Amino acid sequence: MAAKNQLRSASGQVRRVIVVGGGLAGLMTTIKLCEAGIPVDIVSLVPVKRSHSVCAQGGINASVNTMGEGDSPRIHLEETAYGGDFLANQPPVKGMADAAPGIVSLLDRMGVPFNRTPEGLLDFRRFGGSLFHRTAYAGATTGQQLLYALDEQVRRYETKPVVDETGLTLPGEVMVRKLEGWDFLSLVLDDHGRCVGIVAQDLRTMDVQAFRGEAVCLATGGPGMVFGRSTNSMICTGSAAAKAFRQGAIYANGEFIQVHPTAIPGADKLRLISESARGEGGRVWVPKDASDTRPPGQIPQRERDYFLERMYPGYGNLVPRDIASRAIFQICFHEGRGIHSNKTGKNELEVYLDLTHIPETQLRQKLAGILEIYEKFAGVDPYHNPMKVFPAVHYSMGGLWVDYERSAAGSLVDGSPRNHATSIPGLYAVGEVDYAYHGANRLGANSLLSCLYGGLVTGPAIASYVGALASSSQDTSSSLFETAEAQERKDYERIVGQNRDKDKGENPWHLHAQLSEVMLRDCTIERHDDRLDRVLDKIGTVQDKLPKVRIDDTGQRANQSAQFVRHFENMVVLARVIAQGARHRAESRGAHYKPAHEKRDDANWLRTTLARHSGEGQVEFLKSFDYECAGKGVHVTDEVDVSLVQPRERKYEQAGAASEQARKEAPVEAERGLS
Amino acid sequence: MSKNKVHLKIRRQDGPDKPDTRRWEEFEVPLLPQMNVISALQQIQLEPKTKDGKGVAPVAWDCSCLEEICGACTMIINGAVRQACSALVEEIAPHGETIVIEPMSKFPLVRDLVVDRAKMFEDLKRVKAWIEIDGTHDLGAGPRESAEQQQVRYALSRCMTCGCCLEACPNVNDSSHFMGPAAINQVRYFNLHPTGQHQRTERLESMMQRGGVAECGKAQNCVEVCPKSIPLIDSIGHVARDTTQHMILRWLLG
Repeated sequence: MAAKNQLRSASGQVRRVIVVGGGLAGLMTTIKLCEAGIPVDIVSLVPVKRSHSVCAQGGINASVNTMGEGDSPRIHLEETAYGGDFLANQPPVKGMADAAPGIVSLLDRMGVPFNRTPEGLLDFRRFGGSLFHRTAYAGATTGQQLLYALDEQVRRYETKPVVDETGLTLPGEVMVRKLEGWDFLSLVLDDHGRCVGIVAQDLRTMDVQAFRGEAVCLATGGPGMVFGRSTNSMICTGSAAAKAFRQGAIYANGEFIQVHPTAIPGADKLRLISESARGEGGRVWVPKDASDTRPPGQIPQRERDYFLERMYPGYGNLVPRDIASRAIFQICFHEGRGIHSNKTGKNELEVYLDLTHIPETQLRQKLAGILEIYEKFAGVDPYHNPMKVFPAVHYSMGGLWVDYERSAAGSLVDGSPRNHATSIPGLYAVGEVDYAYHGANRLGANSLLSCLYGGLVTGPAIASYVGALASSSQDTSSSLFETAEAQERKDYERIVGQNRDKDKGENPWHLHAQLSEVMLRDCTIERHDDRLDRVLDKIGTVQDKLPKVRIDDTGQRANQSAQFVRHFENMVVLARVIAQGARHRAESRGAHYKPAHEKRDDANWLRTTLARHSGEGQVEFLKSFDYECAGKGVHVTDEVDVSLVQPRERKYEQAGAASEQARKEAPVEAERGLS
Repeated sequence: MSKNKVHLKIRRQDGPDKPDTRRWEEFEVPLLPQMNVISALQQIQLEPKTKDGKGVAPVAWDCSCLEEICGACTMIINGAVRQACSALVEEIAPHGETIVIEPMSKFPLVRDLVVDRAKMFEDLKRVKAWIEIDGTHDLGAGPRESAEQQQVRYALSRCMTCGCCLEACPNVNDSSHFMGPAAINQVRYFNLHPTGQHQRTERLESMMQRGGVAECGKAQNCVEVCPKSIPLIDSIGHVARDTTQHMILRWLLG
């Protein structure tokens, strides 16, 4: 029997859902829940307007085909599956590709200042892994603009009162409450393992508090900080995902970490230079003569090696990121042909990303956001000088395992409570923190899309789940929440108090540097089993040192050291999931590349890596498991649903290889795109 | 002063209710390649000791994206309000000069360099800084827009709510209610949009309330400090004109 009242519990409390994380995915989920009449509490480390989604630059994919190239959602599906080296379950990808044009229209209606064509329509540009103009964009700060549009819509709901079924306004209750500057500490699970709330900490007062939620949705982004310096924001530690994993949630495909080919080095982070630079015609090159000391402008065309165009004539500078990063690594690291520096007298780990052949006015209209970043941080004018770039850790294809329910048409069943459900009943995950859409390698401009599509799906899924609940979390015994709260308070006191009596303890930032150094060196572009063994040893060493950590801040206000230690303890757990997954997988697929296993091995490894926490930060891999969703048992295996696009070898040397099947099925339409 | 060190002088305070802990502390950290103020502060975390060797708690500060797009790490560096991530050590202290860092003064202090800018987000509610869409269901494309108009709107849309313009504005202070340039710019931004225009009147009326556009003293500091070069003076001018027109019309039409 479902709870009697959708809005209020038996005890008269308003039933709310908790969304942790206020980036694109969390905000879209929130909006959909509000539209379904369900009030939401958003818990976010930072004011949601400062979430990491702001860093997305290039754009968002949608096959609207306004450029008359014969593009279609069918091709978008195929290119995404192909680009991901066939590791993604295809029904969610189909759902996403089909929904994309509508999503971009929705954003357009929300007022996103997308760039326009002369006719006043949305402009589209090219991105990696495709030959079609499919990417809508707002300058080169598309993520910022999309996040702001959703932030504005959610702010509207912050001013909307909760109204019950009789039309009565509930005093003091608004549709969205924001807890900004709060850190997620743990899930509250009841005796049946159902998620009924969370414990969080106010990062100003350090007050620890439990919150009840009919369901909880993690939209907490990726784990870039595990690798130290990356293109991610400082808040992207993966801590919430790691904690959910430690509390029993299955983590999938953790070893698939995207390294973006073009970033600029920095002491604190590696700043992304969007793929849109190449989408607008940017070319990557190094001098043919590795000892060439001339400034780039003085090196004639014929003496430049445009190596991506040479190696992959079909897609050129717009090969997918895993391929471009490996090529740059090959040139710089193995062949020693990176740009020669007169300062150091060495060939540096850098290649040129050149836009200087494109008129400045065009660049200012389409790419100003990223070119400003280059100008400000590298101190060089990129309109007239080729930029110097190198690959950097960028995105996690893996994440919390989430379910979906397949429709007869091969897409998702609308409103199924299984969509985006994790293996813990009542816990959902959406955005980069899930693993659902990108397989072994994500295509550029698909991340904003997957966050938004994920949110559009997750909101209704949670609404269905909540609608079917027999009892409200509001009526769950308060001792459960008090115990969880007390436990987290004690853990916080442990972190602040441990090793105070010792002369010296481990500095958490030093330990973090030790961990991230090996992760970055041995667990990114190229992976070797012997080195991965050493990475795992190192993770063990770091883990052993955790109890020796001592912080120098005993302050009871805005204690950022304590917060960092907690996140770091969780990062160590995720590091093991990533490294052990990499060690385990004996093939090369997408972003996971092992020179000793050069080929993809579908017979043995066309399988989802399913990792389960087996105590003390240890990881075990499963072939299958069972979980319960909305009262029904579901059996899950590691098989991948590839029923829509037949797996085949990726061949970006050849133009159109990524959309071959769709072109065979609908030849006339799609051929135009290749002419 | 040694050239391979970065010298920092930082204003600290343990909390808003602890004015007695307000103090300066000086630090000396190693100079790294491509270093910015954020990485200098990170060095303090690794070795939290003052210049005199006294062990202290690491400095608290806000940051997130580190590429000047989230607005979190805004602080006062050598007397100028800006983001710490884009403050490159090489540029602001080329000869090893001391870098002086303080928290913004126009917002309630949390601790050290951390302040609470919640007021700015509250003001976005007051001016209805959103488009009133009917829902997320499929209603087709949005209104067409010229490329020219898009470029105007895009320039206005880049506000990160960082607070630089409020910090620099003499009319934003303890004894005034002035919302500041950021919220006024949002009024112009949404009133320019074909659908946003439907709530134009409500937005202009919010500008006639206490704290509205009339309280701008035209010091023009805002436009100088805006890290995204938003034409704030133009925005204030447009909104002031529209508000006055609206006031007169309302009076004439009763």
